[in-house]
Amino acid sequence: MKNFNLIINGVGGQGVITLLSLVGESAFVEGYDVRSSELHGLSQRGGSVETHIRFGEKTYSPLIPNGKADLIISLEMLEGLRETAKSGKHTTFLVNEFVSPFIGSLTVEEIKNQFEGFKNVLHVVAASKICKEKLQNEVVSTIYLLGYAVSRNLIPLKKESVLRAIENKVPEKYRELNIKAFNLPFNDN
Amino acid sequence: MKKEILLGNDAIIKGALIAGVDFVSGYPGCPSAEIGDEFAKIGKEKGVYVEWSTNEKTGLEAAIGASFSGLKSLVNMKSFGINVCSDALLPLAYTGTKAPMVIVVADDPSCWSSAQSEQNSRAYAYLSHIPILEPADPQECYDYTKLGFEISEKFNTPVILRTVTRAAHQRAIVEFEEAKNKEKKIGEFIKNPHQFSTMPPRILEQKKELLEKVKKISAFADKSKINKIIGDKKSKIGIIASGISFLYSMEALENLQINASVLKLGFFYPLPEKLIANFIKGKNKLLIVEELDPYIEKEIIRIAKGVNPKLKIYGKEVLSEIGELGAEDVTVALAKITGKNFKKFTVKKIDLPKRTARLCEGCPYWYIFPTIKRVAPEAIIGGDIGCNMIGGLAPHSLHDYLFCMGASIGISHGVKKSTNQKVISLMGDGTFFHSGIAGLINTVYNKSNPLMIVLDNRITAMTGHQPNPGMGKTSMGEDTEELKIEEIAKACGVKHIKVLDPINIQEFENTIKEFLEKNEVSLIVCKRICALLARRQKQQ
Repeated sequence: MKNFNLIINGVGGQGVITLLSLVGESAFVEGYDVRSSELHGLSQRGGSVETHIRFGEKTYSPLIPNGKADLIISLEMLEGLRETAKSGKHTTFLVNEFVSPFIGSLTVEEIKNQFEGFKNVLHVVAASKICKEKLQNEVVSTIYLLGYAVSRNLIPLKKESVLRAIENKVPEKYRELNIKAFNLPFNDN
Repeated sequence: MKKEILLGNDAIIKGALIAGVDFVSGYPGCPSAEIGDEFAKIGKEKGVYVEWSTNEKTGLEAAIGASFSGLKSLVNMKSFGINVCSDALLPLAYTGTKAPMVIVVADDPSCWSSAQSEQNSRAYAYLSHIPILEPADPQECYDYTKLGFEISEKFNTPVILRTVTRAAHQRAIVEFEEAKNKEKKIGEFIKNPHQFSTMPPRILEQKKELLEKVKKISAFADKSKINKIIGDKKSKIGIIASGISFLYSMEALENLQINASVLKLGFFYPLPEKLIANFIKGKNKLLIVEELDPYIEKEIIRIAKGVNPKLKIYGKEVLSEIGELGAEDVTVALAKITGKNFKKFTVKKIDLPKRTARLCEGCPYWYIFPTIKRVAPEAIIGGDIGCNMIGGLAPHSLHDYLFCMGASIGISHGVKKSTNQKVISLMGDGTFFHSGIAGLINTVYNKSNPLMIVLDNRITAMTGHQPNPGMGKTSMGEDTEELKIEEIAKACGVKHIKVLDPINIQEFENTIKEFLEKNEVSLIVCKRICALLARRQKQQ
């Protein structure tokens, strides 16, 4: 398999890094070479957070060059829109229909309008809303999105591998909730 | 052997543990803070003494004491930390260590989490003659930390492990050995002023010993496996890369399908000169891939003069000296010098509102910044390092200058002495204990009168909530003396002091107005707990 390049981005505090490590563990469980890069500190304080992960036979740079992402998972819509600047023709977008506003930011409608005419494959999914309604917890929307990506074959990872990764990495008291969130999008498929 | 995905910083911890580390000190900064944080959690069961020191200098000095007493030590800090501790670092090179010591210095090319400067801490090798190792990924973070302790033990020298953000905050698969729990070691200081005291005339003998030692380490580096050649040795095209740049170089070669040989340097200092000389002998073209300043390039130009004067050497003429590199940058450079075609991806221009770092929800600073701005619009306002850096960004846009840890008070004194303007110096509680006190004493002593506002949110927040001397807790969670900023200031001779909760805006406003009229230094301590910490304490 050619290396798979995934960018996960969002806003500091949304759980970007948690999702990143879960994808990493899943790819590791499948026997791939894995490499990822993340940012902490000042860049995390409510600003845009962009993390990269690559897996396949052999990885070198932890950073994905511009235009090379296969999939972009955005936990926030404006941050998703931001990624269109450096996405390639083949890049698929999976965007959480959720906006974290700030002074001068755009509304959901404005963002949707800007996505109009965007030629790449684009999935806009109301993960935060669905998780809040069905699981009374918004934080696991990250795991929901991963479930969505796996169930729609947007990412070359097996369902069992992710479940194993959850088993390995998520503390016991949150495990069941995470598994539920991960399984949800399979049922809607 | 275990095999897991580890963060670079976690791999450093594993490496230090398997090397038998006994003593960990340092000061939190990004991208190194996870090292001390994690050690604080596991220290007890692993038999390791762990502290967050008040600053990097006291941290290094503590480790020197430990080393002289026979304990293996690890010191961790971000780039600028080495500036702070350099006063103790240079004599340490002269005396050498007794028990081994590794000093982790984490640089941040592109300044993802750094103001101040885009520092290349590798330069300290030339200043101090201390060996520097540069890991490219988590596996090397583990291996080189372990090796660092071995080199330190063999040559009685501290060893610097220099990481960058993309190595420290890189996750990848690491094969490692898990260290067993051990009892905390009690050392013994065996008197030996001949080694430990730098009093002249002994100091010049020590310098001679140091330079001889560096020669021996250089010979060791020539044979070390962490300097290695990859690819076709006979190729006329060579690449020399160090640290993270190696990964970008390998990807560039793959992108262009070029047959070249790569010398990967694990040692930045001392360089394996013989190995380099042999490597470049038969080459026509050589690309040096290193981030920031061209230190290796300069050394190689010197070496090439003797062994291959016709060699065409490329470095900063094709790679930027500003910002971190990436695989694409190296591919473009390599394509240029080999005459290959490579089209760089053009980033599309879309105009979107920028989301910069901002204060957290409920942050006490939301009460502080607007009040200062409203009450003292004319004042010159000095910012400092930590969460109050966000005060420099919109919508606050409060800072007229921002330097290094503790500098806001020092510089405000200078401005006050030179002008008739009102001056306010902002500083966090962590920074006050780190290096603010010295500046405050200078300000009092030299009869200056800025207003200092300490934003006391009861923790060192920006770097991930590390305890500091104002909290009454050590990094390992033990109770300790709770130092009060106002009492320290009083002892420093500050006459006008007010401690208040900034949520009481009227009181805060009145105090600013009153204190700005004073002829002596004045201090307001805005005491209110960090909102994230308060939430976490509530959950527990």
